This record gives sequence, C-alpha cells and structure tokens, in this order.
Amino acid sequence: MPKFMSRNDLLLFAGFSLVVLTMPIWLAPFGAGYPDLLQRFMIFGIFAVGFNILFGLTGYLSFGHAAFFGVGSYAAVWSFKLLTLDAIPAMIFAVVISGLFALVIGFLCLRRSGIYFSILTLAFAQMSYNLAYSVLTPITNGETGLQLTLSDPRVIDAAVGQGFVGQPVPNILGQQLSGYAGFYFCAGFLILAFFIAQRIAGSPFGMMLKAIKSNQTRMQFTGFNTRPYALSAFVISGMYAGLAGALLAVTDPLAGAERMQWTASGEVVLMTILGGVGTLVGPVIGAWIIKYFENILSALNDNILARFWSFLPEGVADVLVKVTSKFVGDGWHLTLGLAFVIVVIFLPGGIMEGVRRVAGLFRRSGSSGAKTAPQTQPAE
Amino acid sequence: MANPNVVLHVADVHKRFGGLHALSDIDLQIEEGKTHAIIGPNGAGKSTLLNVIIGKLAPSSGQVVFDGNVLTGKKPYQINQLGIARVFQTPEIFADLSVLHNVMIPALAKRDGMFTLNMMRSLESETGIRAKAEHMLEDVGMLNRRDMLAGSLSRGDKRRMELAMCLIQHPRLLLLDEPTAGMSRHDTNTTIELLKKIKARGMTKVIIEHDMHVVFSLADKISVLAQGRIIADGTPDQVRGNPKVQEAYLGGAH
Repeated sequence: MPKFMSRNDLLLFAGFSLVVLTMPIWLAPFGAGYPDLLQRFMIFGIFAVGFNILFGLTGYLSFGHAAFFGVGSYAAVWSFKLLTLDAIPAMIFAVVISGLFALVIGFLCLRRSGIYFSILTLAFAQMSYNLAYSVLTPITNGETGLQLTLSDPRVIDAAVGQGFVGQPVPNILGQQLSGYAGFYFCAGFLILAFFIAQRIAGSPFGMMLKAIKSNQTRMQFTGFNTRPYALSAFVISGMYAGLAGALLAVTDPLAGAERMQWTASGEVVLMTILGGVGTLVGPVIGAWIIKYFENILSALNDNILARFWSFLPEGVADVLVKVTSKFVGDGWHLTLGLAFVIVVIFLPGGIMEGVRRVAGLFRRSGSSGAKTAPQTQPAE
Repeated sequence: MANPNVVLHVADVHKRFGGLHALSDIDLQIEEGKTHAIIGPNGAGKSTLLNVIIGKLAPSSGQVVFDGNVLTGKKPYQINQLGIARVFQTPEIFADLSVLHNVMIPALAKRDGMFTLNMMRSLESETGIRAKAEHMLEDVGMLNRRDMLAGSLSRGDKRRMELAMCLIQHPRLLLLDEPTAGMSRHDTNTTIELLKKIKARGMTKVIIEHDMHVVFSLADKISVLAQGRIIADGTPDQVRGNPKVQEAYLGGAH
C-alpha cells in the first residue's frame, strides 16, 4: 500500500476524475451536455466541497459563505480590469483575498459555536451584501455589477503590448475560455479541489476536525487548542468559495452583489445536506442535482406544460397545468423545498446515505464486514 | 510547600454561588504517586471541587497549584498540557469515530495540541502513533474492538476506552469523576481491576466516588466532604473509624 494515499482513496479519486471529465458525453442524453451548464456544475461543486470542509468535517454551519464567493468574483474581475485578462493571476488574487476576508470573519464568528455561530456568519454576510450593494459602490459598482470595459488599465497586458479588438474576454495564455475550453478549465479546478479535500479528510488534521465536530469538550480536555483548527477549516472553506466565485467571473466576467445574498448562502447548505453532509462526493452530487433541476424546471412555462399534459381530457389538463405551473419557472424553489423536506425526513444522510443503503442491500449476503466499511473510510 | 512530595495543592479554596457556600476553606494536599479519594454525600460539593481543580470553575478565593503552576485561570487544554488528564462522570468520547482513532487523537494532542497544519500528511503514515494506540488498547483489553464506532460501545467499554485515552498521554495526575457511576456490577469490577493495574504504575490519581467498595479497594488516602467542608482526612482505616464520618455519610446513607 503506498504511504501517500490508500488504494481506496486512489480509486475514489480516479473514479471521480473520470466521471467529471466525461460529463459532456454522459450528460448529453439528459439535455445538460452543454458548456454553460457544465461550467456551473463545476463551480458550484467546488463551492460545496469547500463548504463541506467546514460544515461536514468540523461541524460549524455557516450561513454566510456566499460572502466569500462574492468576494472571489469581485477580486477576479478587478484583476481582469487592473492587471491582465489572463485567468491565472485573477484566480490567485481571488483566493488570497477571500482567504484574508475569511480569516477576519472567521476569527470573529468562531468565538461562538452552534446556532450563535450560524447567526453571526449570516449577519456578516448580509453586511457584506449591503456594503457591496450600496456603500462600496466605487469598488463594486453597486446594483449594476462590476463589468469589464475597453478603457480598463490592465497594466500587465499593456506592458507586454497585448492588444485586442472588441469586448474584453478572460483567457489563459491567449487561449479563450469560452465553450468546452472553459468547462475543462473549471473541471481541472474541481478535480484539484476534490483532491485537496480528500487529502484533508485523510490526514491527522482532518481527524482533528472530525473530533471537534464529535466532542469539543473532550478535545479541550485532551490538550487541543481547538480555535486555530476550526479557524483554519473556516479559512480553507472560504478560499474554496473564493475560487468558485473567481471561476464564475472567468466564465462570465461580471460580478454582482446578489451573489452574496443569504439565498446564495442557503443554497450551498442545501446542496451539502441534499448530497450528504460529511461525505466527500455527496456535496458535489448535491450541487449538480440542484443546478440541473434549476436549469430544467426554471425553463418550463405554461405552454410546455400544456403540451405535456395534452394527452388528458381538456378540463383535467387545465387543472394540472395550473397546479404544476406553480412548481416550475420562477416557482421552482417550491419543488426544491419539497425535495429537500423529503430527503431530510427519509434520508437524513442525504443521497450518499441512499447509495449506501442500496449498496448495503446488495452486500447483505456478504457478512458483517459491510458494517465496518463505512467507518474505516468515512470520507467515502 | 513544606512537603516536597505534594504535587497538587488546593490552597484555601472557597466557592460561592450567590448565597450558597458550595466550598468553604478547602485545603487539600495530594502526594505524588498516591491515589486520593474524595467522598461525600450528594450535594457535598465533590463535583464543584473537581471543576475548580480542572479550571472549569473559578474559585471565589484561594488557588490551585499543580507542580508549581497556578491552575486558576488556565484553559482546559493548557491544564491538560501540564500533565493532567480527566475521566468524566459520563464518558466524554468521540462517538462518531472508531475506537482506534479515539485513542490516537490524545496521542496526537501531545505532539500537535497547540496547532500544526499537517493536512498533507496521511493518517496511514502515522505508524508510530497507531502502534502506541494499539498497544494501549491491548493494555485495557479492547484491541479486538478497535474498528468499532466508539458510540456503539457498552458503558463499561466506553469508560475503559476513555481511560485508555487518558493513559496514552502519560499524565502526571489523573482525575476520575465517579468512574463506575451507572455501571453494572460486572463493569464496575473490571474497571476496579483496571484501576488497580494502573495504580501499580505509580501515577497520581484523584478519585471522586460514591461507591464505598471502589473507594476502599483503591484509595491510599481519603478526604470526606460534607456541606462544602472537609470533615475528615486520612487513611481508609482512619476514615472508617471516624465517628463524624459515620454520622455524616456512612451511617446516614446506608
């Protein structure tokens, strides 16, 4: 067995990478095989993986992670405006800035735990949102959102004499990041993000985070100063959120304050719980499912529904169109809410628990060995 | 202090909760290598005293000195790092982790307690710590349960594991808060056997206990607490014969 990674970890990582990279192929039959949506799958996957390091491993539920996502976006767009249109410096800049921001907010919020911690993060995130929306308009361009313009200085691009024609678009080493290039760029980061999360979960540091979640009192009486451990989990997950925000700015160079609103913070909580808190792949799957159904359901309208139900007698079809139309389009959050309630009641461990239960049914004939499997590799 | 063997000195401690004198004028000297039991009826202030020693409660006056360090005002993790480990009345364990990991964490605490961002090292490669933890589990007779979830253990096994978690740190002082509370006769006896085994190693222990059977089979010295005061102090035989103790505790309760 190699010392760096166990065989199971290696298999999981290889399987995950394969699934991600082949997404354009296997998602095509589901009507999701186009770059714009796939990029969002990658971006929110990264967001959820990072959020899970704080919520799933360490047990601190933050209701304000969209703030770091938004800061990442703003930082990336400023890098495009001031430095260069190349994506790499923008990403580095965004991750560093959101990490610093998370350090300050985390330092303050982690003075409390449980619900008080959650409320503090929510309060800070709403403050950030309001600052971005109005007070800090010179930096954020208020409700219009921060955009690229032809007159931006871009000192590095100007210094190397790179000119361009038309609307400025982010690139990497001159290669444009539109379409599938953008998807593979984001996919590379998701795989990297997953790898780092996997390393954290399998390290002594990760075990300490799990121990903090399990019993903070025992941790302290065991001689651990838990604060720096929780704070580093907070900063790492803030940097993940910043990375995701930067990627969104790379694929669409516009940053708006609504990205920092509490609904966006709530969404990543839903993704993590829906997929499976504390598991490695669960949050990613949760992010994919939510983004997929958001895409499908919010595009439906009364006309499409009328065609769908047209095989029924006219009166019945009209009623069904009326009822179902509340659950699609702008009302798709109603469907999301219902699905969430059902999962929390029947599968508190999320989709990953469902997968484990099904796997357990197949393995039952084996032996009690199946029972010990999930705990020797809890990060499955 | 006058006696150089004293490792823990509870000096003139008072603790008031509003108008209630939970502890008055407590002066305790615990000697190195001895097992010192603190007994007393319910509400005598035993748990308050332990919480003052461990730094969970601040005394209203007086102080607690361990090996030249004033414990008062220190945080639990700092007190642990001075060499004090604690077993709780209800086992405080990492219920969602395996037994082996439960025992590995305190061993890592000695090394990384203050904070190390060792997130790129693999848990698999911590062979030294793992071997130590396995050895410790073998010592308390739980090696065959190492892959079980700690939360699924029986009460007696949780206690044994918690003891292993404390012992792996080689503490200079072990505090035990009713180590056999809520246990079956069988579990109580295995726990006493284990504590006797540890006693042979010369570790200093303070036991707070209800069960006379446990106290008289383990303690070198006993202090009897009643209504927040120490009413008797001495060897088990001295305490057993003390009429004040008979009246306040042994006679009254049984």
